[in-house]
Amino acid sequence: MGTLKKMKLVLAALTFYAVVQVLNLAGILNGYFMVIINRSLIAVIFAVSLNLINGITGQFSLGHMGFAAVGAYVSGTLTTLFFHLNLNHPFDNLGFLAAILLGGLMASLAGFLIGFPSLRLKGDYLAIVTLGFGEIIRTILNNISYVGGPRGLLGIPKFSNFTVIFLFALATIVLIRNLVQSSIGRSMLSIRENELASELVGVDTTRYKVLGFVVGAFFAGIGGGLLAHLLQIAHPTQYGFYASALILIMVYVGGIGSLTGSIIAAFSLTFLTEGLRVGIDWLRDTVGVPIGTEWTMVIYAVLLILIMLFKTEGLMGMREAKILIIKEKEG
Amino acid sequence: MGSIFSPQQIVNGLQLGAIYALIALGYTMVYGIVRLINFAHGDFFMVGAYAAFGSFFMFNFLLPPGNGLAFIVLILAMAAGAAIAVITDYFAYKPLRYKPKLSSLVTAIGVSMLLEYAFSAIPVIGPSPRGFPEVLPKQMFHFAQVDISNYVIVDLAVAGVLMIGLTFLIQRTALGRAMRAVSQDKDAAKLMGINVDRIISLTFLIGGAFAGAAGLLAGLTYPRIQPYMGILPGLKAFIAAVLGGIGSIPGAVLGAFIMGIAETCATAYNSLLGEGIAFVILIVVLLLRPSGIFGEKTADKI
Amino acid sequence: MTALLSIQNLTHCFGGLKAVSEFSYEVPEGVIYGLIGPNGSGKTTCFNLITGIYTPTAGKILFNGEEINGLKPFRIVHKGIARTFQNLRIFNNLTVIDNIRVARHFTMKSGIFQTFLRLPSFREEEAKVREEALGLISLMNLSHRATELAKNLPYGELRRLEIARALATKPKLILLDEPAAGMNPKETEDLMKLILRVRDEFKVTIFLIEHHMKFVTGICERVKVIDFGTTIAEGRPEDVVKEPKVLEAYLGRKAVVC
Repeated sequence: MGTLKKMKLVLAALTFYAVVQVLNLAGILNGYFMVIINRSLIAVIFAVSLNLINGITGQFSLGHMGFAAVGAYVSGTLTTLFFHLNLNHPFDNLGFLAAILLGGLMASLAGFLIGFPSLRLKGDYLAIVTLGFGEIIRTILNNISYVGGPRGLLGIPKFSNFTVIFLFALATIVLIRNLVQSSIGRSMLSIRENELASELVGVDTTRYKVLGFVVGAFFAGIGGGLLAHLLQIAHPTQYGFYASALILIMVYVGGIGSLTGSIIAAFSLTFLTEGLRVGIDWLRDTVGVPIGTEWTMVIYAVLLILIMLFKTEGLMGMREAKILIIKEKEG
Repeated sequence: MGSIFSPQQIVNGLQLGAIYALIALGYTMVYGIVRLINFAHGDFFMVGAYAAFGSFFMFNFLLPPGNGLAFIVLILAMAAGAAIAVITDYFAYKPLRYKPKLSSLVTAIGVSMLLEYAFSAIPVIGPSPRGFPEVLPKQMFHFAQVDISNYVIVDLAVAGVLMIGLTFLIQRTALGRAMRAVSQDKDAAKLMGINVDRIISLTFLIGGAFAGAAGLLAGLTYPRIQPYMGILPGLKAFIAAVLGGIGSIPGAVLGAFIMGIAETCATAYNSLLGEGIAFVILIVVLLLRPSGIFGEKTADKI
Repeated sequence: MTALLSIQNLTHCFGGLKAVSEFSYEVPEGVIYGLIGPNGSGKTTCFNLITGIYTPTAGKILFNGEEINGLKPFRIVHKGIARTFQNLRIFNNLTVIDNIRVARHFTMKSGIFQTFLRLPSFREEEAKVREEALGLISLMNLSHRATELAKNLPYGELRRLEIARALATKPKLILLDEPAAGMNPKETEDLMKLILRVRDEFKVTIFLIEHHMKFVTGICERVKVIDFGTTIAEGRPEDVVKEPKVLEAYLGRKAVVC
C-alpha cells in the first residue's frame, strides 16, 4: 500500500504513456498529433528546468534556450557529423543516448560558466547577462560553418521518438521534484525568499545559485538534444531570445515556483500554438482573411501581459499537485 | 580603409554612438526613476522609425525632401515615440509599480514582443524590411581622407541639441529638480508635494521621444527598417547605459559613444567580433565595475 | 579563561562616516550580555560586522580564539554564531518546519546524486533533521503551526520562529537584534523566560541589542552602551542606567524628538 502510494506519479505517467501509445496504434492519434505531444513533452523539460532557476532558486535566466542550443548542437554534431549514427543499427541507439547525455553535460558546463560570474548580479542585470549569453551562442553558431552556420545543422537522424522523449520528460520531472523537496531544494528556495537570511543560517548561497544554473542547464541541454533529433535539424533561430521568452511565458503562466504549473502550461501552450496556427491557416486560406502566423505571438504577448497584470502568481501560484508532493512520515 | 582605428571608423562610430546615446538616455532615465529595465524601449525606437516612414509619405505631397520636411518628420517621430512610451507605462507598468521588480521586467518583455509581432502582423506594415526614403538629400564631403556625409552632421547635431536641452531641463528647471528628487527617494518626493506619477510619465515621455528621434536618424543613416529593428540597438544602448553607470545621464552618453566606436572598429576587424563586442563589453563591465563609469554604489539597508 | 567572543578595537566607516569606532568587548561563555544605545548609534552595524555582512575597516573579531573577520557570513554561521534580525527576515513562502530545516542544511552530507535518487542514506538524514526541527518547534510552542506557511503567522510567533531557526544552526553564540521589538509587556515577559530557558537548555551564549530597558535590566548580566559608534558606559545594567552620560545620550535625543 505504502509503495503503491509512492508510485502514484509513475503510475499516472505510465497510464498517460499507455493511453497515447494505444490511441496511436489504433490510428486515432495520427502522426501530426504525435509530433505535438512530443513537442509538448520537450517543452515540459524546458519549462520545468527553467523553473528550477527562475522559480525555485529565484534567479532570472532569459537565455534558457542558449543551454538547449548547446545540447542540440553537441549531440547533433556527435550523432550526425562525427559518428554518422544510423537508425537501423541497434547499438547506435545507445550512442544516441550517450550523445544526448553528453549534450546535457556540456550545457551544464555552460550553465556553470554563465552562473558563476552572474552571482554578483541581481534580477534585472542577471536577465540581461543571460540574454546576452543566449545571443552570443546564437552568433557563434551562425558563424561556425562546420555545423552549418546560418543554414543550421541538417540531416540529423530521427532518433527521438515518443518513448524516448516520454522517459526523459518523466525523469526530468521526478529528479527535479526530488531535488526541490529536499534539503538542497529548501536551501535554494531560501535564497529566493531572502538571500541574506539564507546566508545567515549557513547556506552557501553562491554554491546553490550556481547549482541551480548547472542543473537547469543540464536538463535544458537534454531537451535541446531531443528536439534536434526529433525535428532532424538544429538551427540558430530555434534558440534565440524569443524561443527563451516562450519558455519564460510557460513558467510564468503556470506559476513561478510550481512544477505542476510548468507542466500544465507547457502542454497547454504547445497545443494552443498548434491550434492557433491551424486557425490562422484556415482564416487565411479558406475564409480569405489576410492574416499571418505573427498573430500567434501577438496573442502570447497579450496573454503574458494580462497574466502579469491580473494574476501575477500564475495559474498554480506556488502550489503543487498532490501527486508531485513527496509525502513525509507523520511525526 | 586602413587600420582598425582609422579616422573613418571613428567618424562612423561617433555617428552610431549618437543614435545609441539617444536610446540609452531613455533607458537610463527610466531606470533612474522607476528602477526598471524597460525591455520595450528598443521597440519605441522602432515605432519612431515607422512613424518617420509614414509621416514622410504623408507630407511629401506638400514639401520636397529637405530640411523643412525632415524637421516635421522628426517632430512626428518623437511624438509617436513619446506616445507609445507613455501609453505603455500607463497600462503595463504603472499597475505593477509596487509589486516585485521582476513582475514589471517580465511585463516589459511581453510589451516588447507585443509591439514587434503586432507591427509584423498588421498587414500595411508587415514583417518584411522596407527601404527608408531619403528624407534629406544625401551629400558627401571629403575631408582629410575621411568621407563625411551630411547625415553624420545631422545625426550628431540632433543628438547634441536634444542632449543639451535635456541637461538644461534636468539641471535648471523646477521640473528637472522634481525628477531628480523622485529618482533619489520616491516617498520623500511625494511628501514634498511632488506628483510622482506625473514625473514618471514625463520621464517615459522624454525617453520615448528621444527613442523616436533615434528611430528617424537610424532610418536615415541605415536606410532599412523592420519590426524587429529595435532589439539589437535597444540591447546595445542598454549595455552602453550600464557601461556609463545606469541612472547617470552623462554616463549613458559617454557609454553610447564608446559602444559605437568599439562596434565599428570591431566590425572592421572581424564581423563576428562586431556582433559580439557589445556582450563582451557587458560581461567585462559587470565583472570589473558593475556600477559603470559614473555609477554610484548603493548599499542595501540591513 | 578566554572569552568566547572577543572584539578588539573594531572600527567601521561608511564613506567618511565612522559608524563604529574602536569598539572592544569580551563576551565569556554562557552569559547574557547586552548592547544598548540610542537609534543610529551603531549597534546593528556591530552585529553586521560580527556576522560578516560587513568587513571591518580596522580591528579584530576573535571567536573561540580564532579570527573570523573577513570570513563570509555563512562560514561564520558554520563556526557557531547565529543571529536574528531587527526587521524579521523569515522565509515567508516556506512552511515553519522548512524555515527551520534550512538552517540544518549545512550539517547534512547528502550530495546531489543521493538527493536525485533519494537513496536510503539521504532519507535517513532527512528523517533525522525532520525530528530535530519538530523538537525545536515544540520547544518554541509552535507545534500547531508546523506545516503552515510562515507568512500566515502572527508577529509574536514569527519572532519565536526566527529564534528557533537561529538555534537550528546549533550555535555557541546567538546574537539577538531587538528581540522584544513590537511586543506587548506580557509577550516581552514570556520572551525573557524563553531566552533564559534557551541559554540553559542549549548551553548558548547570548548577546543582544535591545531598547527596552526593563528587558535589559531583567536578563542581561552586563551591558555596554554606545553612542555614535563609541562606548560611553559599561557594566551591570542597573548601574549603567544611572550614569549621566547614558542619561544624556538617551534623554538628549528624546528632548529633540519631543
